[in-house]
Amino acid sequence: MSDATRPAIEMAGVEKRFGATEALRGLDLTVPVGTVCGLLGPNGAGKTTAVRVLATLVAPDRGTVRVAGHDAVRNAEEVRRAIGLAGQHAALDEGITGRDNLHLFGRLHRLGARRARARADELLTRFDLAEAGDRLVRTYSGGMRRRLDLIASLVTSPPVLFLDEPTTGLDPRSRQEIWATVKELADGGTTVLLTTQYLEEADRLADDIVVVDHGAAIATGPPSRLKAAIGSQVSVTLADPGQLGSAAVVLSSLSGGDAQVDVAERVVTVLTRPGRDVLLPSLVRELDAVGVVAEDVAVRTPSLDDVFLTLTGEAAATLGRAA
Amino acid sequence: MSAVAHTAPRPSAGARLVSDTGTSMLRILLNYRHSPGLLAASLGVPVVMVVVFGYVFGSAIQVPGGGDYREFLMPGLFAMVATNGIMPTMVGAARDIGRGVTDRLRSMPVSRTGLLLGQTLADLLVSLVVLALLALVGLAAGWRARHGAAGALEAFALLLLFRFVMTWVGTLLGLLVGKEEAAGQLSVVVFPLAMVTNAYVPTGGMPGWLRVVADWNPISSVVEAARELFGNPAAPGTAWPMQHAVTATLLWSAVLLLFCGPLAVRKFATHGR
Repeated sequence: MSDATRPAIEMAGVEKRFGATEALRGLDLTVPVGTVCGLLGPNGAGKTTAVRVLATLVAPDRGTVRVAGHDAVRNAEEVRRAIGLAGQHAALDEGITGRDNLHLFGRLHRLGARRARARADELLTRFDLAEAGDRLVRTYSGGMRRRLDLIASLVTSPPVLFLDEPTTGLDPRSRQEIWATVKELADGGTTVLLTTQYLEEADRLADDIVVVDHGAAIATGPPSRLKAAIGSQVSVTLADPGQLGSAAVVLSSLSGGDAQVDVAERVVTVLTRPGRDVLLPSLVRELDAVGVVAEDVAVRTPSLDDVFLTLTGEAAATLGRAA
Repeated sequence: MSAVAHTAPRPSAGARLVSDTGTSMLRILLNYRHSPGLLAASLGVPVVMVVVFGYVFGSAIQVPGGGDYREFLMPGLFAMVATNGIMPTMVGAARDIGRGVTDRLRSMPVSRTGLLLGQTLADLLVSLVVLALLALVGLAAGWRARHGAAGALEAFALLLLFRFVMTWVGTLLGLLVGKEEAAGQLSVVVFPLAMVTNAYVPTGGMPGWLRVVADWNPISSVVEAARELFGNPAAPGTAWPMQHAVTATLLWSAVLLLFCGPLAVRKFATHGR
């Protein structure tokens, strides 16, 4: 990289249209060197298009894109030398062995036949695929394919790695393995941009999250701040419907929000104000102090649904700026 | 940063083309090594045709001028092998797109021309084997190259050239189709194209309009050129491509290659943009 202080990935005002579809509408993105950025968004939000633009597969209609210090449009070849890409599919030749797949990718990266072979062996051993390495890829399980696919993007130890929904459709165990690998790479200094639909995945792996909707970033920040900005949902179920009013007063004052009362279900719920965490012990204490007997108390941390419902609402604009 | 790129210093465009062509060839040949059945499949159909046409239909087909039908048939089957070059590259290109392999390759600093050229050259090696095996089957069925080794070599060179051209046609079609199943369906269309030719029966007996189509079909030029060079019985008729079969084959090949080759590379390089 020409300049060490320069971000590994920069997108500014990137627009891309496919026919009548506006896939990206002024996407801005900055990923500092050595960090993991999680691109979070629903299907069709533009995540994949963003990755394809960054990986030089798609030319943007407008805006600037720099990866590893190089312009992705004018200097695509330099960018290609600095990146690894693992997409939503296992992009492998299924008619040959796992080892041969890695070996061939190594040759295409111009490691030379001998180094390409050695690198394939090294990667297979390091990622627990040495035994399966000599089997045809078509005999692999889904999880093994995705792991091999991820490894195939590491043949050159690229400083910048793009992972497009690396764990979609995988079983929990395979997902954990992919996460461990990504974590290890990030600890080793690789800059990673990954797209995901799972908040948990972004939460585990990402230093920063960019929430994308309709082709633009609607919020940016570390996972903790995003969640704090959304607040959590507190609900109290009562035995005696007569105490609903008192419970609502307690909840409102603790959370700074407007408590909603559901008389039929005997439940009071409130969405906490951003930055005002309601701690379970103090909630129970306060309820007790006014003589309210709770049957059940639940504090639910925000899910991806909450993130979207909140962010795509009116609050989104200000929240995005604030974060 | 502790992640240091392993990439070697940048080679020249020429060195890259050669290297990537080689790697791409290796990939296809490895596929054949692990699935020898692929080779058997590409040989199976023409061998079945030797039996079906040579011995079943052939028993009732008269070659104008009174030549042996199996001698008439063999150049047609060689040309069929050449024409079938369209299939593996078409299905392969479509499969690579569907599996995301094309995207991965395009995100790498590789020669686009080299990647495609390697696939077509690997196919050429494979088809050399298939043609040789089919020639052995032909010899067993009584077929001979009657104009000597030079004529036979020219004929096989022409057949290989046409196979090479067809692999580029297949590559372009596969990239345009982009789905493996659709490519499979498209290959069904190739069959009638290969049938409306002079490969199995002389065109003289066809209705006028169909005869024009058959005589101007590029495959017919290849068949007729092979018959001339092998010295096998022929019934060329008066159409220009039949009277100048070698020239017509070279012209068709040049036109198809100059059209499909650059277009395929362009399509590959810009897929999904």
